Amino acid sequence: MAYSEKVVDHYNNPRNVGSLSKEDPNVGTGLVGAPECGDVMKLQMRINPETQVIEEAKFKTFGCGSAIASSSLATEWVKGKTVEEALAIKNTDIVRELSLPPVKIHCSVLAEDAIKAAIGNWKKKHGVEVPEHEKASH
Amino acid sequence: MAVKLPIYMDNHATTPMDPRVLQAMLPYFTEKFGNAASRNHSFGWAGEEAVETARQQIASLINATPKEIIFTSGATESDNLMLKGVAEMYREKGNHIITQAIEHKAVLDTCKNLEKHGFEVTYLPVQRDGRVDPEDVRKAIRPSTILISIMYANNEIGVINPIAEIGKIAKEHGIFLAVDGVQAVGKIPVDVQKDNIDLLAISGHKIYGPKGVGALYVRRRNPRVQLAAIIDGGGHERGMRSGTLNVTGIVGLGKACEICQQEMPEETKRMLALRKRLKDGLEAKLDETFINGSLEHRLPNNLNMSFAYVEGESLLMGINDVAVSSGSACTSATLEPSYVLKALGVGEDLAHTSIRFGLGRFNTEEEVDYVIDKMVQVVTKLRELSPLYEMAKEGIDISKVKWQIA
Ligand SMILES: Cc1ncc(COP(=O)(O)O)c(C=O)c1O
Ligand code: FES
Repeated sequence: MAYSEKVVDHYNNPRNVGSLSKEDPNVGTGLVGAPECGDVMKLQMRINPETQVIEEAKFKTFGCGSAIASSSLATEWVKGKTVEEALAIKNTDIVRELSLPPVKIHCSVLAEDAIKAAIGNWKKKHGVEVPEHEKASH
Repeated sequence: MAVKLPIYMDNHATTPMDPRVLQAMLPYFTEKFGNAASRNHSFGWAGEEAVETARQQIASLINATPKEIIFTSGATESDNLMLKGVAEMYREKGNHIITQAIEHKAVLDTCKNLEKHGFEVTYLPVQRDGRVDPEDVRKAIRPSTILISIMYANNEIGVINPIAEIGKIAKEHGIFLAVDGVQAVGKIPVDVQKDNIDLLAISGHKIYGPKGVGALYVRRRNPRVQLAAIIDGGGHERGMRSGTLNVTGIVGLGKACEICQQEMPEETKRMLALRKRLKDGLEAKLDETFINGSLEHRLPNNLNMSFAYVEGESLLMGINDVAVSSGSACTSATLEPSYVLKALGVGEDLAHTSIRFGLGRFNTEEEVDYVIDKMVQVVTKLRELSPLYEMAKEGIDISKVKWQIA
């Protein structure tokens, strides 16, 4: 299968690889997927509690090239956005940006889930209720 | 020293044709184009003679007689014919077939089909090392068993089954033994007499011959095996496989077998040395690699290895100038990891990280060294990117984590 140029670019030069301290109260961590399914994404964001702006985002992914690209792209997109704006990112946006073929859509779903899971984790740390529709769905 | 890229190391999928095979075939496309069934002129005779030479070359490689070789369009057809042909011919005798979990789909799907037509099939599990336990075969035998179908060597993990022992059991019980010999014939000694094999499927393109041609060995004595044809027509190949013979392909298959037979001792040594170089090189520079299946009972040209914490498709993407394959789900249309590795009891997490290296006649030490360097580089990079590797390094037991999945 041929990969789109953008997938290859993210694979070769993944953005924002790394980890933030899970213990930091301002860091939200999302860990989604499972090794048995062949894909695990860890997405972390440092969120400013005053402005709700995502100031830093890091990821690590075990998965195919499209999964790596989806999570790399997700970190790029969420940086500088408010929590509210980040939650509006849909997996279909990722599919479009990376020109993912149908068999790779689930990789983008996982990235959307990782965003929700990370923000959910941060909200929990701050005692905020996570509404049902914001929970990771997969 | 510069190696020529891309490097082909996927010789279980198919092999490049040996130039000597091509040379042997060429005249049969043009001046010697006759139909081997044309009995009345020299064009036909030349074709027939070429076909008979090929029959002899193939028979010699597996210690059979030329009359026991039937030509087909490839091993998928040979597998179909040996199973369906026996099933239909001996239906009165019984309706039970024994096979095993990690056969090629050409066998498994044929068995599934036969089940729809009133046959009962036992799918034996394999042991952790990927081999069938002959005692399991013995225990599965019923009064109604007419056929045992076990592959000689597996196409993913290269593991070799104890065919001689299984053959002995089959013979004791008067049951036919059908063997998918695609990966083994031409690579390791296969002897239909010593192994008590009654039917043996062979493919041209796995042994440096052409695609679209194969053979089926059908035993004629002790015991005589009869087959119901699955293709009806002009009654070629003693009625077992109608259709004008693919003379060029058959010439190529014959020549390929002849070369394999002549060069096997030397080629085996070369393959073992290349494999050792590859395995040692990878293991020296990478931790947490696992070999899938028995190393001892394995084709000399196969290495199937899991690289923990690194998903196979992303690995393939990183070594895109090297052609190998992976058991990862992400590389398959079904998003299921390899059924072969699953049957071995390889955890699904590790199945996703497996790479199959299939060495071949034309690989060199330089190529192996290039592949090692590239693999080490990509695995190291992807492990830096892997949350699982990070967790493992932190001492977290990944199998105990509660994963958040659909
Ligand atoms: C073990 C085994 N059996 C059967 C086949 C099918 O052979 P062919 O490609 O000649 O139909 C293959 C090749 O994919 C194989 O590896
Ligand atoms: S992670 Fe498996 S297809 Fe993308």
